[in-house]
Amino acid sequence: MPNPMDKYLIDPKSVPGWGIDADPDNDPTYPMKPNRTDVEQQGYTWERPTQQPADVEILHSNERPNLTAVFGTASPPMGLSGMIRRWAFRWSENEYNHWLPLILADRVNVVEGVLEDIAHGTFPNIWKEKGYNASWKHDRTGLVLRLAAFTAVAGGLVLWLSSDGDKKKAKRQQKHYRGAYYEQ
Amino acid sequence: MLAMDYRGPKRVRVTQKPMPEIKHPEDAIVRVTRSCICGSDLHLYNGNVPDTRVGTTFGHEFIGEVVEVGSEVTKLKVGDMVLVPFNIACGRCSFCQQGLFGNCHESNPMATAVGGIYGYSHTAGGFHGGQAEYVRVPYANFGPTVIPEGMDPDDAVLLTDVVPTGYQAAEMAGIQPGDTVVVFGAGPVGIMAARCAWLFGAGRVIVLDHIDYRLEFVKNYAPAEVYNFKTDMQDPVLFLKKQTDWLGADCVIDAVGAEAAGDVMQTITGRKLLVQAGSATAVHWAINSVKKGGIVSIVGVYGPTDNLVPIGNVLNKGLTIRANQASVKRLLPRLIEHVQNGVIRPKELITHRIPLEDIADGYRLFSDKLDNCIKPVLTMPTSR
Repeated sequence: MPNPMDKYLIDPKSVPGWGIDADPDNDPTYPMKPNRTDVEQQGYTWERPTQQPADVEILHSNERPNLTAVFGTASPPMGLSGMIRRWAFRWSENEYNHWLPLILADRVNVVEGVLEDIAHGTFPNIWKEKGYNASWKHDRTGLVLRLAAFTAVAGGLVLWLSSDGDKKKAKRQQKHYRGAYYEQ
Repeated sequence: MLAMDYRGPKRVRVTQKPMPEIKHPEDAIVRVTRSCICGSDLHLYNGNVPDTRVGTTFGHEFIGEVVEVGSEVTKLKVGDMVLVPFNIACGRCSFCQQGLFGNCHESNPMATAVGGIYGYSHTAGGFHGGQAEYVRVPYANFGPTVIPEGMDPDDAVLLTDVVPTGYQAAEMAGIQPGDTVVVFGAGPVGIMAARCAWLFGAGRVIVLDHIDYRLEFVKNYAPAEVYNFKTDMQDPVLFLKKQTDWLGADCVIDAVGAEAAGDVMQTITGRKLLVQAGSATAVHWAINSVKKGGIVSIVGVYGPTDNLVPIGNVLNKGLTIRANQASVKRLLPRLIEHVQNGVIRPKELITHRIPLEDIADGYRLFSDKLDNCIKPVLTMPTSR
């Protein structure tokens, strides 16, 4: 009986380069370290490269004793997000207290970025920064639907909040009138 | 200089930034001539990687010309054209000495679980990346490799990440001649992993994704058997069991990572609520569709917190999980040979060339998979 899968099978020997890197030793027991020396068993003993001077604030993991010899100096911690990041780095990489505040700090940092733009006299061009020109060109329907859904949700939220406000206002007024009635 | 500037989830722009400076005697400054947007950049773009700070420049796949070197740089000179591995490695720590160049202990003070990576958040060292006209390249004696004479720059730029990551995915899968290899994800890395699986002697290569144009591409490029998990089946694991005589695949590669589609619960908890470090759908399917005693190879990128995966099945099936950031520097000599001999043809993956100035459109195009985009390359004003 013919195997129904046969029609899908590709003859491996017809594929250029087939088997040229085959390695019978590469089974799961094969070490992933190609030059296994076990040098790390001697501890943190290698001759370290020259230390890069820290000319901006660098937060480092408390799972290591020092800064690495090189590091990036992009966007040092600043403002409220910086305070949150400094707090987060008091905890090890094993803790949610490390990672979740960092995610929170990232979101705070986005607001800080917008405020910074405004402080510099520019308002972010959200349409351009979100790449909507590409969506407009290649996926106009999707973009329109997405914006319509966003407008509907945002509009609905505003309406709901304002109607809730009206109800509260009416309740307050009702209470006031009732009070006035009893006072008579 | 012009550089990409992250402003928040799904918001990027190009701004004028100061030129990078030599900060360490082994630094070099490289004028970028080609740069790419990588699938893993989308995790940053979507705001899924902790400590991604506003103002950072992304980009870990780039090549360029050395324009300045620090006082201790002896192996490069001004004018050299170099391809720069995405991982920053000192070459001296105990991990680098053993070929684990993706796990260097002297390039990222912010986290011990990952080495330094260009433009990949402060969790990966806080370095600005190569989606800019110029970039600082640390450990210039060790990392950057001079591009061989005659190599096409489009091939060279894909040797910085996509090709080595795909190749290492296949290598870590421990493929033995005749093995059935399943690759989840038909993005650039998945395509390359499927291609490289044959080099290790695979007998059958199956790729699953839900984007038809990408499946069509990998079907011809790798080549591979391809299936759309949204339209060709109800349950990918059950489907793969049937395809493999009810035993499961010998090796399964997760080339998707945190942005995986296909499971509502994983999508909501991993991509929307961020209560786990990305959607672990692909690795979940990998564990469940590999045979007993099989190997799962993970190159898809996940965040540093936790993911929901069926670890009990790993135990009960006796699986081996192998995973790492690609050790680019270790693999380069062999891969350069493969490119020069035409065994691997990286530049065929490139579908779009986008000016750096239009980078926001590039991210949107790649992220939303518009216009049949597979791999976008950024062109720089200084090298047009």
